[in-house]
Amino acid sequence: MAYTEEELKKELETKEYEYGFYTDIESDTFPIGLNEEIVIAISKKKEEPEWMTLWRLESFKIWKEMVEPEWANVKYKKPDFQAISYYSAPNKKPKYDSLDEVDPELLDTFKKLGISLDEQKKLAGVAVDIVMDSVSVATTFKKTLAEKGIIFCSISEAIKEHSELVKKYIGSVVPQKDNFYAALNSAVFSDGSFCYIPKGVRCPMELSTYFRINQAGTGQFERTLVIADEGSYVSYLEGCTAPSRDENQLHAAVVELIALDDAEIKYSTVQNWFPGNKEGLGGVFNFVTKRGLCEKNAKISWTQVETGSAVTWKYPSCILKGDNSIGEFYSIAVTNNYQQADTGTKMIHLGKNTRSTIISKGISAGKSQNSYRGLVQVNSRADNARNFSQCDSLLMGNECGAHTFPYIEVKNKTAQIEHEATTSKIGEDQIFYCNQRGINTEKAIALIVNGFSKEVLNKLPMEFAVEAQKLLEISLEGSVG
Amino acid sequence: MLKINNLHARVEDKEILRGINLTVNAGEVHAIMGPNGSGKSTLAAVIAGKEEFEITEGEVFLEGENLEDTSPEDRAHKGIFLSFQYPVEIPGVSVTNFMKTAINESRKAKGLEDMPAKDMLKLIREKSEMLEIDRKFLSRSLNEGFSGGEKKRNEIFQMAMLEPKLAILDETDSGLDIDALRIVANGVNKLKSKDNAVIVITHYQRLLEYIVPDFVHVLHNGKIVKSGTKDLALELEEKGYDWLKQETVV
Ligand SMILES: Nc1ncnc2c1ncn2[C@@H]1O[C@H](COP(=O)(O)OP(=O)(O)O)[C@@H](O)[C@H]1O
Ligand SMILES: [Mg+2]
Repeated sequence: MAYTEEELKKELETKEYEYGFYTDIESDTFPIGLNEEIVIAISKKKEEPEWMTLWRLESFKIWKEMVEPEWANVKYKKPDFQAISYYSAPNKKPKYDSLDEVDPELLDTFKKLGISLDEQKKLAGVAVDIVMDSVSVATTFKKTLAEKGIIFCSISEAIKEHSELVKKYIGSVVPQKDNFYAALNSAVFSDGSFCYIPKGVRCPMELSTYFRINQAGTGQFERTLVIADEGSYVSYLEGCTAPSRDENQLHAAVVELIALDDAEIKYSTVQNWFPGNKEGLGGVFNFVTKRGLCEKNAKISWTQVETGSAVTWKYPSCILKGDNSIGEFYSIAVTNNYQQADTGTKMIHLGKNTRSTIISKGISAGKSQNSYRGLVQVNSRADNARNFSQCDSLLMGNECGAHTFPYIEVKNKTAQIEHEATTSKIGEDQIFYCNQRGINTEKAIALIVNGFSKEVLNKLPMEFAVEAQKLLEISLEGSVG
Repeated sequence: MLKINNLHARVEDKEILRGINLTVNAGEVHAIMGPNGSGKSTLAAVIAGKEEFEITEGEVFLEGENLEDTSPEDRAHKGIFLSFQYPVEIPGVSVTNFMKTAINESRKAKGLEDMPAKDMLKLIREKSEMLEIDRKFLSRSLNEGFSGGEKKRNEIFQMAMLEPKLAILDETDSGLDIDALRIVANGVNKLKSKDNAVIVITHYQRLLEYIVPDFVHVLHNGKIVKSGTKDLALELEEKGYDWLKQETVV
């Protein structure tokens, strides 16, 4: 199937006319464009119950009425939503027969990150023999979770197997009409993860290691739903430090977290989508909606390390609905070359004695633009709400930009809000000092950047932190002449 | 060890060093004195390879090798150490982590493996005890919020860890109280051997009572205007620099 994109487009267009749409459900890629039939077809293909199909259709209707937002501090050519194919069957066939066929630059990066050969193969799409080890690991893993009553599966599976839970919570934190990309995602989401931790259960492991490999192939409209029932705890790791090269330019994921009374969710992300080449061409647009809801005494922590994407638009947020609930946001966003990032968080204080902490570290190099945008909102009945925000920017060179847009809306006099912001530059003197101790400039920058990001790196689970540290190093390679 | 021939250096169009000649042999201690702005720190930075300064004439040799095309980090690997007059802060990077990186980068340049953690720990313990440094201090961010004296002591700790061939101490005594001065000077003296050399830049005779120089040079207006033995330092303490300034005019 060595189509050029143009040929594929033509063929699909003509087929659609020739045979009518439905015959095409059997094919692996849907015709480009988006309409109700496509939405229905996606749902059918995934054998979803009717309520889900209807929910998707409703989302589609909402999306059609919306316009793409313009307020973010990013510039890009808007995607043509009718030029995208909204469904591709998961690619089961390996792309390559051996690692020798894979882009050496990509392999080089894998090596620097210390990713094992088997993992490298999986990530690059090389055929692997079934590795006994990882299969057995997966099996033990699943068994341990099952014993505790934890459900951890793909969202598609959950829609079929745990319909009641999904139906109750999907869209409850990020409503379909929330924003343009969330509406689009709700209509066409391809797959994603589902996680449910029963009452009082402490998930015994980071939900990550094994699934990291499996997730490498997930599509462009990912949907994640994590529910921590009363008094439970889970630490969830998303993403992968390995660079993801994807033909899909647009990524619009939705993540919803629900922490019921006394529950705690720790959600860590390392995101390294292809940022485009040095001239800024070909990178991924990442428009993500992530939000968590805290009930009484619940706690949600978002920790993210963002180094990828050409354009990032992302604000993991917390709705502190329950009294005494806690929201945290720890973020490192690196931009280099022509990357643009507009990220931050929203902390919505609804309950009494709610607390939130925001630590944002932006690192800009090259000709990139890095914006922090944060909203702290204290509602009238949120007595004694407290927020502490700290936004630090580190600049490398004279051609990049760092911007901070803090919005504070307080409707209750008892609120205590603190905001600190700093901007610093990596100085020649710092570099020379390191050089004089035998540390070359590249390593010196890595050291300084790691020091700058330490408060956030410390929040990551240990193994993830080590990888993230290496990732920062690689992302900034060659950024100072 | 170190040989400097007719060295001229400038920044932008300002000439700062105007023909420095200096030879330092292994086993020797040299003191460089001179009024503020005479070019002492510039000389130290140029020896360490700071690229901000343009060398318009002359050469610097380390053990017979012209350093012209040698980067600052390679000079460090070859054994040059500079204790900075104004040590810089690196937030979030602990003293320990910084030293670990520095030592392992130097080892890498020599084709050696990273130093095993156990050896590193031993080295840190030994050197911090020698300089009477509290171990808690080593987990703090490098120079961030350090007092003047702590910064200087930390510079000498780094020197002790790296065991350089040629150590240049740029006003290491300023900011140190008398006890700290003695500890630091003791540390320097312990590291002294017939195979290495020390250049001490200072304003005060005080330090030279502890680290006794074999030679004293006076820098003025980018030139060494007088050289002598440690008695010269005493003379300077007594008379100041003015008589030398006048002497050079004549
Ligand atoms: N980067 C620089 N740019 C401009 N002038 C400088 C720079 N560095 C040093 N100078 C000037 O060079 C002269 C010598 O400075 P310095 O070497 O620091 O003297 P010292 O250490 O003897 O007090 C001073 O006049 C100082 O202002
Ligand atoms: Mg000076």
